[in-house]
Amino acid sequence: MKLFLKIWRQENAQAKGQMVDYTIDGIDPNMSFLEMLDVLNEQLVAENKEPIEFDHDCREGICGTCSLQINGQPHGPDRLTTTCQLHMRKFKDGDTIYIEPFRAKAFPVVKDLVIDRSSFERIQQAGGYVSVNTSGNTIDANTIPVDKESADTAFDSAACIGCGACVAACKNASAALFVGAKISQFANLPQGQVEATQRAINMVNQMDAEGFGSCTNTGACEIECPKGIKLTNIATMNREYIKATTKG
Amino acid sequence: MGRYLNTTVAKKFAMGLSGLFLVSFLLMHVTVNFVSTVSPSVYNSLSEFMGYNFVVQLLLQPILVIGVVFHFVMGMVLEVNNRKARPIGYEKFDKSSNTTWMSRNMIITGIVILLFLGLHMYDFFFPELAYKFGNGYDAAQVPDFYTGLVAKFQDPIRVGIYVLSFVFLMLHLLHGFYGSFQSIGWGDRNSRALKGFAKWFSILVPLLFIYIALFHYFGSL
Repeated sequence: MKLFLKIWRQENAQAKGQMVDYTIDGIDPNMSFLEMLDVLNEQLVAENKEPIEFDHDCREGICGTCSLQINGQPHGPDRLTTTCQLHMRKFKDGDTIYIEPFRAKAFPVVKDLVIDRSSFERIQQAGGYVSVNTSGNTIDANTIPVDKESADTAFDSAACIGCGACVAACKNASAALFVGAKISQFANLPQGQVEATQRAINMVNQMDAEGFGSCTNTGACEIECPKGIKLTNIATMNREYIKATTKG
Repeated sequence: MGRYLNTTVAKKFAMGLSGLFLVSFLLMHVTVNFVSTVSPSVYNSLSEFMGYNFVVQLLLQPILVIGVVFHFVMGMVLEVNNRKARPIGYEKFDKSSNTTWMSRNMIITGIVILLFLGLHMYDFFFPELAYKFGNGYDAAQVPDFYTGLVAKFQDPIRVGIYVLSFVFLMLHLLHGFYGSFQSIGWGDRNSRALKGFAKWFSILVPLLFIYIALFHYFGSL
């Protein structure tokens, strides 16, 4: 396959970036998208040019490290797929492909296609956990009875890998789906009830402090989420927050 | 408590509540207006009640005005904040692949509805202020509301503007009505039934308004 790539290049966080055109030939349709970028980088290194920086880790669709806005969509045109699981057979020979970093004020570009998603980590640190006594007398979580429906709902929410595709897809750069999933996974379990009030308040406050936009229910996040996190998680977040604030 | 109300979630909750309140007003409004196509005398009685009743005029009407103003101002505040959340846009952003036009352009449909409200107030609200609040209730001064309504819908340009505005109202409701439930945290409960109800309400109510406008225009030709 021969492809025409338009890729965002940016020297560092302070520099002004721009789209740069590349042409790449001999791409196997069975390569993953990241392998295609690897091939391009080998080509650039051979030409004594600066390779393109991009995030990746497990390349198995579970770590949430890879990102990339591909042809205007987070993780590309496939549904329920991360960039590392996207294959070149989804494109046609001669295609022009736009590759950009996820864009949001809370996701500043570090270099080229690499973004700083530590805002998600700070939101998690604000309340996305349950406090467990690890003094040696820890009670196994499985000893607490949980009904099947609640367990399944909590598990579905916990499937969020925190990649940031929801923010990238949203016209408002809202992190509501991510925060909603992290709040919901505990809201549906008995272990999460003790800190439910502070969790909802602190995580929502941190989300706003990071500069994410608000949710206008467009549903883009749900469609683009590689893990199929449902929009209903946002309704749960809203309900948990209102419950928390009325409790005081 | 006050610090909690400043978050985006609280603001969206307030937007959702005010939206649902305005939807309930629309239902009442379309019901009264529809009566005008069935019985002019009942329409006149209902209009007289709405126009002169103390509770409606001095309690519900101010709440309605506050609701409209709040919904619009909060919508603008959230829109401005949302634009700040992505200072550098995409070179290519395929929004149509994952969202509807209605969901992306609530601010546009909202502004069109607000402009329409200006015309609507000019047509029906401001002319009534004098006799409603001027000299108190006087049965002899009560106008023939039905005749006044029909007279307004003789101008094809005005009818066209009304019909177009109701189309924008439909687009606004098609996203906003169900979205309001989501914003107040009800979206995941009975969501299929709620979605269906919100969708048909959003289509039928503006269609009824259009029918009423066209009924009076063509009925008098």
